[in-house]
Amino acid sequence: MTFTRLSSTAVVLSADDVDTDQIIPARFLKGTSKTGLGAHLFADWRAQAGFPLLAPEAAGAQILVTGTNFGCGSSREHAPWALVDFGFRAIIARSFADIFKENATKNGLLPIALPEAACARVEQAVRANPKLTLAIDLATQRVALPDGGAFEFAIDPFAKHCLANGLDELGYILAFADRITAHEQRRS
Amino acid sequence: MKRTLFEKIWDAHVVVEEPGRPAVLYIDLHLVHEVTSPQAFAGLAARGLPVRRPERTVATMDHSIPTLPKGLAVVDDAARIQLRTLAQNCAKHGITLHDADSEHRGIVHVIGPELGHTQPGMTIVCGDSHTSTHGAFGALAFGIGTSEVEHVLASQCLLQKKPKTLEVRFEGALRPGASAKDLVLAMIAELGVGGATGHVIEYTGPAIRALDMEGRMTVCNMSIEAGARAGMIAPDDVTFAYLRGRAHAPAGEAWDAAVARWRELHTDDGARSDRTVVIDASAIEPMITFGTNPGMGIPITAVVPSPDDATDPAQRAALAKALRYMGLSPGEPLLGRPIDVVFIGSCTNARLGDMRAAANVMRGRKVAPGVRVLVVPGSQDVKRAAEAEGLDRVFRDAGAEWREPGCSMCIAMNGDAIEPGQYAVSTSNRNFEGRQGRGGRTFLASPITAAAAAVTGRVTDVRTLAGGAR
Repeated sequence: MTFTRLSSTAVVLSADDVDTDQIIPARFLKGTSKTGLGAHLFADWRAQAGFPLLAPEAAGAQILVTGTNFGCGSSREHAPWALVDFGFRAIIARSFADIFKENATKNGLLPIALPEAACARVEQAVRANPKLTLAIDLATQRVALPDGGAFEFAIDPFAKHCLANGLDELGYILAFADRITAHEQRRS
Repeated sequence: MKRTLFEKIWDAHVVVEEPGRPAVLYIDLHLVHEVTSPQAFAGLAARGLPVRRPERTVATMDHSIPTLPKGLAVVDDAARIQLRTLAQNCAKHGITLHDADSEHRGIVHVIGPELGHTQPGMTIVCGDSHTSTHGAFGALAFGIGTSEVEHVLASQCLLQKKPKTLEVRFEGALRPGASAKDLVLAMIAELGVGGATGHVIEYTGPAIRALDMEGRMTVCNMSIEAGARAGMIAPDDVTFAYLRGRAHAPAGEAWDAAVARWRELHTDDGARSDRTVVIDASAIEPMITFGTNPGMGIPITAVVPSPDDATDPAQRAALAKALRYMGLSPGEPLLGRPIDVVFIGSCTNARLGDMRAAANVMRGRKVAPGVRVLVVPGSQDVKRAAEAEGLDRVFRDAGAEWREPGCSMCIAMNGDAIEPGQYAVSTSNRNFEGRQGRGGRTFLASPITAAAAAVTGRVTDVRTLAGGAR
């Protein structure tokens, strides 16, 4: 799945260290396919009154704005599968856990790490007006607010290349088949 | 050129590194289980690709499998299909599978080392974040997602950006009552759950050298709980003594050559990690978690911290939310708090030494009335060895359940779960909300602290248990 530009409303999930057991509890990991997990996204938090992702004004939001260390814990790729299936295409956070970040980019879900002040500003704007549209441009690595405010984000150049072009990482690796064979012969 | 342990292993496994691209890293050992592999095998099938090196791939059934005696029902149809899918995929691709009938089946991070698959200097991956466990042998071992499982199945390689390194040096010696589990819980409390993100940890210092291999595995296992994908310990004579004679370890002349090679696997004098943290092991008390992530840990004699003491507003909110979920108040002690369940098991603490430690506390005692105690050995080999020593009798006589191996109540996928609102003292690795069962509340601790809670029915300082360990 490629990612170039995204204009969408956003929803704020105000929490740090959101672990993948919350994103998709383990009892939903018994399937053998990648589809249909959106129905179980944050399954245990959904039951709580006022859970922001289910608020009427959050409907259709493709951007999630959250705290530090998002996606910590288990390596389950079911977490980005569930987020994408629910409708998210980008996550703006103070920081991400390593494995989650890797898994997200492999599924066309853009992890955007912004400093605290920028995140707080985005959160404030979304809270003040839930209908507000954020514009994300991967080419220029910018998140823009309608009032003209904009924040640049860093992204690994290869991850950017893969997202922008839908590059198949396995294809990239397999193109080096001869080198892999040579490595195996050298080491054995 | 002075290099760290990590750099030596990394350099030896880089197949290709193009400018501006992550390295293509060769993987020596790929461990597979039923939960994170079906979609990867399906991806291979869709592309018509074979598994490149089935002999470097080892599979087991651990997450969804029942821990009740063999033949009893799998928890539901979905789990049954998942287990069957793994069996079919392994048969199709010629991958060794430790299924329900295997006498060596067990938790993936218990059987890898036990069977001698895990060796110093290797790169090891698995679709499981606790793959960091294998770093205890001086391997570079880390968890990966299912897309990456597919990459490794097809190519025996992964695309990896070189991580930074963090040395965590434990000075001094652990005191009685404190174990490897307490050491790593104390570290995570200090670093925080995201404190080592982007880093590979190398554990050093006298307190690490003094640990046996099982203790070292417990420490490396929880590296991920501080955000580090991998944790590692340079191999030494303790490592070699553990490995010698294991089924898949080198033998004869190959053994001597391997040991000579493995002795080079240490950080050179003068090589520097990107960061260093020093912790005094002699100051570590038995630890317990009070909150909803593994960084929320305190010495067992301490009181529950107050959100008001947190300087950062986000931290204050997180603490308040955790205490609400846990049903705890700031300033209250955990000691003496009644508990409902004790779980002794998981890839963190289900090896023979853990079983012995827990049995030593429970021997001749009874499980407190109303408390459910589940003891789940990490593998069939651990189970047999424990039974040969009569440890199963100790647990059963006390009133605990002695189960078949598996992940069990650590992840609560197989039917072993705590009930909403219940409190469990657990030797596992995660106290996230609902991790051990929807609405369940987890206190993470060492095997002896868990065993002490089993016999008193309360959070207990094992050092004060009358009669101590027996």
